[in-house]
Amino acid sequence: MEYQAKELFAKHGVPVSMGTVVENSEDARAAADALGGRVVVKAQVQVGGRGKAGGVKLAESPDDAVAKADEILGMDIKGHTVRRVLIAPTADIAEEYYFSYLVDRAARQYLCIASTAGGVEIEVTADEDPDAVAKVAIDPLVGVDDAKAREIVDATGFPAEVAEEAVAVIQKLWTVFVEEDASLVEVNPLVRLGDGHLDALDGKMTLDDNADFRHPDHSAFEDKAAADPLEAEAKAKGLNYVKLDGEVGIIGNGAGLVMSTLDVVAYAGEAHGGVKPANFLDIGGGASAEVMADGLHIIVNDPQVKSVFVNVFGGITACDAVANGIVAALDLLGDEADKPLVVRLDGNNVEEGRRILDEANHPLVTLSDTMDGGADRAAELAARPSQAEGET
Amino acid sequence: MAIFLTENSRVIVQGMTGSEGRKHTQRMLSSGTNVVGGVTPGKGGQSVDFEGATVPVFDSVLEAVEATGADVAVVFVPPKFAKGAVIESVDAGVPLVIVITEGVPVKDTAEAFAYAQSKGTSRVIGPNCPGIISPGKSNAGIIPADITKPGRVGLVSKSGTLTYQMMYELRDFGFSSAVGIGGDPIIGTTHIDALQAFEDDPDTDAIVMIGEIGGDAEERAAAYIKDHITKPVVGYVAGFTAPEGKTMGHAGAIVSGSSGTAEAKQEALEAAGVKVGKTPSATAQLMRGLLARG
Repeated sequence: MEYQAKELFAKHGVPVSMGTVVENSEDARAAADALGGRVVVKAQVQVGGRGKAGGVKLAESPDDAVAKADEILGMDIKGHTVRRVLIAPTADIAEEYYFSYLVDRAARQYLCIASTAGGVEIEVTADEDPDAVAKVAIDPLVGVDDAKAREIVDATGFPAEVAEEAVAVIQKLWTVFVEEDASLVEVNPLVRLGDGHLDALDGKMTLDDNADFRHPDHSAFEDKAAADPLEAEAKAKGLNYVKLDGEVGIIGNGAGLVMSTLDVVAYAGEAHGGVKPANFLDIGGGASAEVMADGLHIIVNDPQVKSVFVNVFGGITACDAVANGIVAALDLLGDEADKPLVVRLDGNNVEEGRRILDEANHPLVTLSDTMDGGADRAAELAARPSQAEGET
Repeated sequence: MAIFLTENSRVIVQGMTGSEGRKHTQRMLSSGTNVVGGVTPGKGGQSVDFEGATVPVFDSVLEAVEATGADVAVVFVPPKFAKGAVIESVDAGVPLVIVITEGVPVKDTAEAFAYAQSKGTSRVIGPNCPGIISPGKSNAGIIPADITKPGRVGLVSKSGTLTYQMMYELRDFGFSSAVGIGGDPIIGTTHIDALQAFEDDPDTDAIVMIGEIGGDAEERAAAYIKDHITKPVVGYVAGFTAPEGKTMGHAGAIVSGSSGTAEAKQEALEAAGVKVGKTPSATAQLMRGLLARG
């Protein structure tokens, strides 16, 4: 969110006018009062396009700030509920620029994108006037030193009166990018104020989760309130789970195979009244009974789920271990597991795995020989839940 | 022949004395890989007993290379040490460094890869990948060796388990090499690198390329195939149902706005003349059709 990005900007010396974050409209009054009355009320959500959605409003007075905060708090912006607003000082803007650092996946290095046409979406500028957008490659081993900062300033065409300050601000933003392990730092707009100084008026950052071990403070930035409750529970259990809007619960091992399983279930669902996958859940290479039980627990507690498709390729973990995991997980869950399970096992030691499941003969479990067949069966069960219940 | 990894490869394992490293070293040895050493700082001079072999441990990659002539390093160290491990192997002149470790910060990968590029003597595969297998010859990483046999199909994939799935689907044909390049935002070896290596490999007749949502590696590979690859290629892309803005397991698997979608990748591949299967099994069928026509 903007205020969090700005906190990190400020920590590394980037010029930024913070303001105050409030969670209810009454607190907006005091915050506006402290800033002299005339303020900007800005929705704080982890998604772009707030301005267009009506999430940024000018307030003329503390009373007006309360009214504007009331309008914005609780608003839905692209599926994100606004729970906080930033009460920010109004700025005397002379010019607006765009500035960002990001990971260039194709070139496998970093990239600076900057433009003197700021305040609008950079994609739009790049489309309409590609020459107005500067792109400067950054060698990860060198970073943005004084020479690179000057190269960026020249390429962007910052006006002479802010060039020197821009060189300094650009290097500070680079410090934010590398020191905080960001994959994106975006300032839009970076503004020249009436007094001639630069100010990061709005900011956005994407942090690299893989680097959390270096940044214990980053966990505070997580928007726990906005997270889906099932996603939050899965995360607490260390599961790789994404809630989707569908009826067939999915468990698999390996990100690619699970993504593929979602697709295959969606195709199969077309023939069964349009049922869809309910979630992404990758239980990883291990697939132990505990992890399987944790995963099944999350999925059967999704009220939308009508059937579950367990799709595992026994590679490192052999299919017999996976089968034992499924049996043990169903035991652990007991009555909580009340939805039909279609299990497809393939790969290492598959015969033994299927034998274990056959022998356990659990009333909820159906075995399938292929991924396509299993997807079809699970979709069918999700489309006709009454019959599935009859079978148990 | 095969790509990157052959029967002559001499493999060392960085992090061999850890639990994952030890488990997979055993599996590599059991599938016939010539594992000549392990590297764990502070444990030099010791050795580890495996079923069928005793493997010496060295304090550094350089010592291991000097003592054993190793030319492949497989990295199993924890994420925070991965960058250092890669740099150490690059400095020791190891030509092929395969990073299995999952969860490496992208900054560390960017720096390690840039370092390898600046030296120009090492190919890096991964991170967050299953490694590479040339069935019947050598196996460097965690790909199960018993899925399939030597054959003339080449496979390159962002995903580990889809690699296994595809090897299983085509197990009666067998593979020259199968390489998992990983699903992180920055990876050392790309689809394009592997495609070119398969093109140059006289023992590969056809190639399966598996991609997934995120970035534009598949689009770039499609353009490359059109201009540079004469061998038949079939493709598969995972993630058509992935919602925008959600990371699907792999750090790099994310649709951002309208970029990185499975549709765009499929379209780009098909425009380059690559047949794309709707499911893994349909993709395998496409390859069967190609091979049957010879």
